Amino acid sequence: MAETKFVTINMGPQHPATHGVLRLVLELDGEVVVKATPHVGHLHRGVEKLSETKTYHQVIPLTDRLDYTNGIGNNLGYVLTVEKLLGIEVPKRAQYIRVAIAELQRLAAHLIWLATHALDIGAMTVLFYCFRDRESILRIIEEVSGGRLTPTYFRIGGLSKDVPEEFKERVMDFLGDFPRRINEYETLLTKNVIWMRRTKKVGILTAEDAINYGASGPTLRGSGVRWDVRKRFPYSGYDEFDFEIPIGEVGDVYDRYMVRLEEMRQSIRIIQQAVENLPDGRFMADDPRVVLPPKDDVQRDIDALIRQFKIVSEGFEPPEGEVFMSVEAPKGELGFYIVSDGSNHPYRIKIRTPSFMNLSALPKMVEGGLIADVVSTIGSIDIVLGEIDR
Amino acid sequence: MAKGWIDKARGQFPTSILKVETFRDETTLVVKTDQILEVFTFLFQDPDLSYDYLTDLCGVDYKPRKPRFEVVYHLCSTKHDRRLRVKIPLEEGNSLASVESVWKAANWYERETYDMLGIRFENHPDLKRILTWEDFEGYPLRKDFPVKGKDFDKPFVPEL
Repeated sequence: MAETKFVTINMGPQHPATHGVLRLVLELDGEVVVKATPHVGHLHRGVEKLSETKTYHQVIPLTDRLDYTNGIGNNLGYVLTVEKLLGIEVPKRAQYIRVAIAELQRLAAHLIWLATHALDIGAMTVLFYCFRDRESILRIIEEVSGGRLTPTYFRIGGLSKDVPEEFKERVMDFLGDFPRRINEYETLLTKNVIWMRRTKKVGILTAEDAINYGASGPTLRGSGVRWDVRKRFPYSGYDEFDFEIPIGEVGDVYDRYMVRLEEMRQSIRIIQQAVENLPDGRFMADDPRVVLPPKDDVQRDIDALIRQFKIVSEGFEPPEGEVFMSVEAPKGELGFYIVSDGSNHPYRIKIRTPSFMNLSALPKMVEGGLIADVVSTIGSIDIVLGEIDR
Repeated sequence: MAKGWIDKARGQFPTSILKVETFRDETTLVVKTDQILEVFTFLFQDPDLSYDYLTDLCGVDYKPRKPRFEVVYHLCSTKHDRRLRVKIPLEEGNSLASVESVWKAANWYERETYDMLGIRFENHPDLKRILTWEDFEGYPLRKDFPVKGKDFDKPFVPEL
């Protein structure tokens, strides 16, 4: 009898289809994957350790660099957690602007995913269209915050500054044409025979497994679980917006693709509602412990100057305790767990990143499938190694 | 402010659940190390609780306090839309039962906790470092580990 031998191959960490520095060790029986072992950590920067030495404000820029396609979303998760720890309420205007910008960022993140996912499978055209639209979004984010990829726009208690006057017009301009373009991109892929053969019944994750493996975001919803933090545990006024949660049926690569496309349409609805109903008023909470005084006051009033100096140099001291808060990032549930010992820097920050858990379910999805499908499955769970390795 | 479903868990494990805390509307159970697998299986299986989703698992170093560590589990119920935090105080050198058999999600989280804090989990299928490399010395998130790292001033010369 002939002896069966498995071939072990190494995919990554420099493989272009691993979306960063993921290394996969694949054991193959012919073309069939018998065992897949992800190795992560090549991008470990010690963000959690570093945060322990900084004041609460100084941690915000670090969060930009977790999932670098979703700087705004990471800022939002962090500032909401600190606000929960402090027990402060943010004004409606700031909440709505936060939602609008975070959803714009979600569109940008999903566009990167669509571009690279299609490229992995061989559809190159989509890449150029998606990056064009993404650039329009990043331009809006840059106008608002000053940064394209690392905006650091949110502050504990509100925003770093109000949106510029032409913000509404710019967003509406972009949204006017964008739904039509999504439909256009769909014509390239959704009914494309090659696309369907490469994605349907590939990389299946059942609903039960998805929950047990801690998958979240489109990876979980693609498996047919109607679970979205924005609906289940609303934050930042999400309960005031009208939007749907799309889900898939079988949990294959195609379902995750359809879920994300539909999510983009829902994001457009949310942004429209937020921008159209943007309330007037303050963009910062009225809390002198945390919020910097207005620049005019600082230049005229000695008390305001002292307060500004104190907040910038020493930060603030939240009460002792611990809080957990999560938001729905483009990739799934992004959670922050902050332990405060009452001093001006966090005692411990644990960041629950969605890609970390989604990737841990990858072996379940690819084992038993073909090696060529590993590439499309990795693309479909939309990982970013910056937030896996932290 | 203990809620009904928490009382049920308390009634089931009167000696294991040491206390229930509430802060900012978040409920925390503090549980002894000896029976944790039973407690977690109950929280997972009981229809009134059904914490079927392990959101997060991590460790916190409270040096010089005794016991030194706390292992923190964030559970979520996708049926009842509830969250629960379970904390387990742990002395340095002691190990904890793995909950990988309850939630597969715990596999990587426990590896990370081991990697970062040196907390060992019994019956874990593959307990090895995940974010740092195999030969790495020390546990970075312990409070006595320097932020700069231990070898920041030494040139890296590979052995040939």
